[in-house]
Amino acid sequence: MHLEEIIQKLDLKVLTNPVDFSAITVSSGYCSDLLSCVMTGAEPDGLWITLMAHGNIVAVAALLDLAAIIITENAQPDDDTIEKANEKEVILLSTKASNYHLIGQLWELGLRATQS
Amino acid sequence: MIPPLIVQAAVEHGLNLIAISDHNASDNVSAVIEAAEGSDLTVLPGMELQTQEDVHVLCLFDTLEQLLKFQSLVDENLPDIENNSELFGEQFVVDKTGDFLKRKKQLLITSTGLSFNKAFHAVTDLGGLFIPAHVNRKMFGLFYHLGFVPPDLPIEALELSRHITITEAWKQYPQTQNYPLIQSGDVHYLDDFLGANQFFIKNPTISELKLALRNEEGRHFSVCQPS
Repeated sequence: MHLEEIIQKLDLKVLTNPVDFSAITVSSGYCSDLLSCVMTGAEPDGLWITLMAHGNIVAVAALLDLAAIIITENAQPDDDTIEKANEKEVILLSTKASNYHLIGQLWELGLRATQS
Repeated sequence: MIPPLIVQAAVEHGLNLIAISDHNASDNVSAVIEAAEGSDLTVLPGMELQTQEDVHVLCLFDTLEQLLKFQSLVDENLPDIENNSELFGEQFVVDKTGDFLKRKKQLLITSTGLSFNKAFHAVTDLGGLFIPAHVNRKMFGLFYHLGFVPPDLPIEALELSRHITITEAWKQYPQTQNYPLIQSGDVHYLDDFLGANQFFIKNPTISELKLALRNEEGRHFSVCQPS
């Protein structure tokens, strides 16, 4: 599934600089608000759903080569975090939906959990 | 845990510097400072803040004024929920003798809306000391919630719980090797004193504590086991 389709169907706000989202393939989904769990649980090219907006999320996503982070419940990362995400080419998306709601929608679109 | 008994217990343990650091609150700090007047005990005003990310941080100040300024920021960022004493216990405010003054209504056990980074800047801008607390614990510890210490913040020190030794922490959380580590008493009841940190400083002030944490100008510190 391409990120473009997810952004459009779920009406996500793009917080970082726009890129060609149709060229980005999303392989799986993962959700946690505890960064230590994400570091061992999320998979490369996966989509991470969280309401954590702390700047450390960028480093975690860059480390794991995630396709994008969707920040839920309108949690707002600060400007430094968005700037760092642009620098590290990490895509930050935002929605007012909750983790639960968003994951339900992603599942309906056919995106499944990580393999491990 | 009323002010005169806190002072008495601290003196009996041979302490001459303690901090009062209630969860998201500071209402009882002045009572303990007053209760310690005339004794050899210095009481630093503090708070255990729970950030937006559910990370506990020890915030220490020199003066009540600084703490109260920080408290007003915390209050603005606490959710408007009233405490349920059956679920979460009482939130009493007392005077220096321990007499009841009032019940704090606002629920304190929850996280504030203050992000870790915002809180860091607010505390340090006020001249305070910002020490992430019990960083090794799953409940409210920095490593569990934030994964690692944000490298862009000049954090002076980390506090480990007494569940772990410093050498174990170095192994489990290698980033702790880059920071001065303290292990506080974390006294929630008068009889659960878990130990102290010994600071070799000229005066009981935040600037002296910082010098000791940095091992500068002859100041230094060490972690003591309970006696």
